[in-house]
Amino acid sequence: MTRSISRILKSYFMRTFIAVLLGFVVASAILFITGYNPSQCMAVMFNAVFSRPKFIVNVILKSTPIILTGLSVAFAFKMGLFNIGAEGQYIVSTIAAAIAGLVFNFHPIIQVPLVIMSGVFAGAIFGGIIGFLKSKFGIHEVITSIMLNWIALYLCNYISNLACFHKPESDGTYPINESGLTLFMYKWKFSEEGRSFLKNNPVLNDIILKTDFNFNFILAVIIAIVVWVVIYKTRKGYEFRACGLNPDAAQNAGIDVNKNIIYTMLISGALSGLAGALALTGSSNPVIHVLPVFENYGFNGLSVALIAGSSPIGCIFAGVMFSALIYAGQSLQFKLGAPSEIVNIMIGTIVFFVALSVIIPMIVDKIVEKEERKSA
Amino acid sequence: MRNIISKIGVTLLVLSFVGILAFAINTGFKIATGLEDDNRFSVSMVTDGGGINDQSFQESSWKGMQELAKETDVKVSYVECPQTSDFLSNIDKLADENTDLIWGIGYKLADTIELAAKTNPEINYALADFSLGEKTPENVTCAVFRSEESSFVVGYIAAMTTKTDCVGFVGGIKGLVIDQFEYGYLAGVKYASKKLGKNIDVKIQYAESFTDSAKGKAIAMKMYDECDVIFHAAGGAGVGVIEAAKETGNYVIGVDKDQSSLAPKNVLTSAIKDVGKAVKMISIKALNGENTGGKTFSYGIKEHCVGIPAENPNLDPSVYKSAIEIQRKISDGKIVSPGNEKDYNEFINKLSRGEII
Amino acid sequence: MERGIALEISKDYAVQMRGISKFFGNFQALDSVDLDVKKGETHAILGENGAGKSTLMNILYGLYGADGGTIYLNGEPVYIKNPSVAISYGIGMVHQHFMLVEKFTVLQNIILGNESTDKFGIINMRKARKKVIEIIKRYGMNVDLKKKIRNISVGMQQKVEILKALYRGAEILILDEPTAVLTPQEVDELLEIIENLKKDGKTVIIITHKLKEIKKSSKECTIIRKGKFVDCVNVKDESEQSLAEKMVGHKVKLLVDKEKATPGEVVFEIKDLNVKSERGIDVIKNLSMSLRKGEIYGLAGVDGNGQKELMEALICRLYVESGKILINGKEIQNTSTRNVLDSKISIIHEDRHRYGCILGMSVADNAILEKYREKPFNANGFLNYDERDKYTEKLIEKYDVRPSKCKYTKIRNLSGGNQQKLVIGREIENDPDLLIAIQPTRGLDVGAIEYVHKVLIDLRDKGKAILLISLELDEILDLSDRIGVIYDGSIVGEFDQKEANEQNVGLLMAGGKNNDEEHI
Repeated sequence: MTRSISRILKSYFMRTFIAVLLGFVVASAILFITGYNPSQCMAVMFNAVFSRPKFIVNVILKSTPIILTGLSVAFAFKMGLFNIGAEGQYIVSTIAAAIAGLVFNFHPIIQVPLVIMSGVFAGAIFGGIIGFLKSKFGIHEVITSIMLNWIALYLCNYISNLACFHKPESDGTYPINESGLTLFMYKWKFSEEGRSFLKNNPVLNDIILKTDFNFNFILAVIIAIVVWVVIYKTRKGYEFRACGLNPDAAQNAGIDVNKNIIYTMLISGALSGLAGALALTGSSNPVIHVLPVFENYGFNGLSVALIAGSSPIGCIFAGVMFSALIYAGQSLQFKLGAPSEIVNIMIGTIVFFVALSVIIPMIVDKIVEKEERKSA
Repeated sequence: MRNIISKIGVTLLVLSFVGILAFAINTGFKIATGLEDDNRFSVSMVTDGGGINDQSFQESSWKGMQELAKETDVKVSYVECPQTSDFLSNIDKLADENTDLIWGIGYKLADTIELAAKTNPEINYALADFSLGEKTPENVTCAVFRSEESSFVVGYIAAMTTKTDCVGFVGGIKGLVIDQFEYGYLAGVKYASKKLGKNIDVKIQYAESFTDSAKGKAIAMKMYDECDVIFHAAGGAGVGVIEAAKETGNYVIGVDKDQSSLAPKNVLTSAIKDVGKAVKMISIKALNGENTGGKTFSYGIKEHCVGIPAENPNLDPSVYKSAIEIQRKISDGKIVSPGNEKDYNEFINKLSRGEII
Repeated sequence: MERGIALEISKDYAVQMRGISKFFGNFQALDSVDLDVKKGETHAILGENGAGKSTLMNILYGLYGADGGTIYLNGEPVYIKNPSVAISYGIGMVHQHFMLVEKFTVLQNIILGNESTDKFGIINMRKARKKVIEIIKRYGMNVDLKKKIRNISVGMQQKVEILKALYRGAEILILDEPTAVLTPQEVDELLEIIENLKKDGKTVIIITHKLKEIKKSSKECTIIRKGKFVDCVNVKDESEQSLAEKMVGHKVKLLVDKEKATPGEVVFEIKDLNVKSERGIDVIKNLSMSLRKGEIYGLAGVDGNGQKELMEALICRLYVESGKILINGKEIQNTSTRNVLDSKISIIHEDRHRYGCILGMSVADNAILEKYREKPFNANGFLNYDERDKYTEKLIEKYDVRPSKCKYTKIRNLSGGNQQKLVIGREIENDPDLLIAIQPTRGLDVGAIEYVHKVLIDLRDKGKAILLISLELDEILDLSDRIGVIYDGSIVGEFDQKEANEQNVGLLMAGGKNNDEEHI
């Protein structure tokens, strides 16, 4: 009996679930101490996500980029690389996609892939640089990643202010040409015809007109599945995993570890790049603008990958959960006046407990052991 | 066996996830929170990345709204948006809460407010520190500030105070709003130097950031080699300028609010821009049922929304006196301070022709 | 000396342990083990790898807490919570892996952690040096205090470890596998030091699985098998054979059975090889050797004389400055690891955990580590899991990997011997012309060692060339048909099996000249 219970407790799903639960408990305690009613807060957060169809759609829409950056981090992690540079790869991707979207104006069938691919390509290059420096000169990826993050940030600020792209009276560029957008029925929904149609259908009106409705999430899910297949079903994925788990043994078995480092970082960068490009094309305000600080899409990807335990499929769920937490957290602010710091502490606590969740199996083991010795 | 169990488990999980999603998309779940029966007039604001503790106009706006809540029976709230992509969804959320007036603070929110106003014509929006100009929708009110007026006054004060005949200006990121400060300040300095009959040099540099206080400090330290008064319009980066003033023992002129608390001995004066006051004034108009939609309100010295503080311990009383005089001239329209390069060049021409006294 | 009942707790015994048990998770490492060590004696603890002898000593030294049982020192029950307590009771331990600071001098290492300081907190070096020199003189140890650890030999480092323990006032000294890394000459020196310690009234406990050394050094010997106490014997009354049988629990063959080699043509040759290490130091200097079909060539040498770099150069991880490496007449130096493996060379790497297998992967994934890119495992870029599983099952059966249904278990969870069986099987299934085996029996128990030796000899008899690189001289002497000695990056002597013995090979390993032949 204790055996089967312990097995369930040790499964990844369960222990993540317990960790999230514990995170909420501690977060409630923090809310209580700081003078907010925890049950009210939880109710507000629940409503903020589930009370209207639109909210759920928003959570899903907002989860798309962090699922992809999460995948990017998780993929690199399988190879034993810590891609803290997802943030920078995301930013350069938005830059490249924005430039492509501004400069070219083809039919959407060409324009959309062109814009997205420029972003993906830019992200891959940025990731590739990290991989190249690591494999050729042995420079640790974390150091180069952090440097490249800042380079991306300042490059973004520079491009945003370039006379040819800069939109006057703003801190950003002009919006990219409409042909490059992946928004669902963007023109139609603002047209007379579209509005009158949507007015008669409140649910659709809510989720299509009031949000940046797009199908990028589905693409992210497909990409997650593809990543899973690549890692676990292909020859290359086998190489990546071998290199990640034991580079020495992999090298001795004839696997070119250095080349695989570059490949991995190229792919990881491309995934972050896809996140950036889709975030741009799937937005009703498709601009890049001066960034005073990082917007954390890449860093949130780190958290997502951590919660998911680097599982590509797990990244989907973790991304949606993370996005829901952030989305709901903002409602706490205007509903109850809880400062953003409290909300961030809450989210941080939950991530912290998930990171700690590796110890849950150990605790379970200890308890089982004691039980058994007692009965023996 | 174990595989089958876990497969069934995962399948169930996914199914229930999809089920909940499908159900919720159709109807939605709701839990009572005890906040439902508050039907007071409500005003909300959405900040940009800076947040309500930005030591600048977001903070000032929130202060204005808090005053509003104290003085009238209005419910106020705010949402911070660290990511640009949150702008639309948060503004939309506020609309769902039946908020009567939604403020976007700062020019970064302009596009989003415009879009939201188009999708929700039944809701009133307002935009602080930015004008949508002629395309302002019927349900949007804009509030802009004539910061060039207060900048002119502090430029005048700087020129009257300097002993090295060299003053400085540190801007955040070049743009329309900071142009107002820069050219107003320049005009003020030129105006004063003409009065004094000597040439006063103005050093201008941008920190390319509103947050990088280290860079602000580095720029200011260099400037203080020659200048003895610096005016900053650089938000958080300007905090570094004030620090540099403290270290070198020179004067600095604050911005947006009375910054003398940051360096009581070094802050000469501040070019106040009271966004909160304007937010409050427009909100009260809306509360009283006045239709302000589609209009742009401009706030300057006349409306007491920009200016210098009443208390300036470091300022020479005679300079303060003449500064008040300048304020009055601006208020009366005798002096029109330039807020951009074109107006500034015109102003200099007029000044040299002696058309401005 | 059979013992029916436990000895009484007495002052005559330096250490007595009663009923010591220890669990690691669900695994019982020690099951009610007793130990009695007489004062002023050398006592050996004999057991196979994983029998629990190190665990027992780590408990005595306070590194692990026991889950049951009592420890008595000089007849008094004690509770040893941690190593500091052990040191205060006069227990010192020299671990298998030395714990020295490379960049510090010998003296600095000795006093590290026990610095006697004056009232200002400044280390009193002069006083410390005096004390250390006194100890060195008393036990006849030849150590230069001024040298840095990284510049002295492994044997010397071991002496430093012993000095460290003595400096802290050890009366009971535990040596964990002390001879594993030493040359025969260094072993003799160590035995002499142990003798001196004994004369001075110190008690020495030696953990080992080497029977010869027990015969030479110890008076009594406690044998442990699979965590259980087997026997405590008087060494004089036992033969090596009987000790081995008690250790393993069944009859064993200590000597390797093999036919005379019938070498064929040359398959593998190294000509005037010169290699620089990563730091740019010459590590392989004009090294030449050749192997013929159907022979085992044993490369003897003390660790750190270029064996590692020779391997790295062979698999193209180090750049070959000059010289050639030829397999079947084809040059392979400075190509790629892949190319080397494709040239019918298979390598059983030393330290399988680090170089030989991927602990985090399943047995099946490890089985195809070198074959995954070939058909049928690789089907158009995708892995064919059915083929992989089939192949793994075949390997498991053929090479007797246990448990037999382990293809999906992580290889981490297999015992060392079974891991090695899989690795060896994997390499042999490649059907190589040359098999390089580096320390193939390291960390294996006697049964597994026997198996590995048999496999190697079978392979030789099939006409393959085998290069055996080992630090265990006994293994080389037993298995090889020809023996080469590597010293300072060169082969300094070659012997036929007939003429090689511990003395002449050992001398060359230590850098001495070979008087009989001039090979250099």
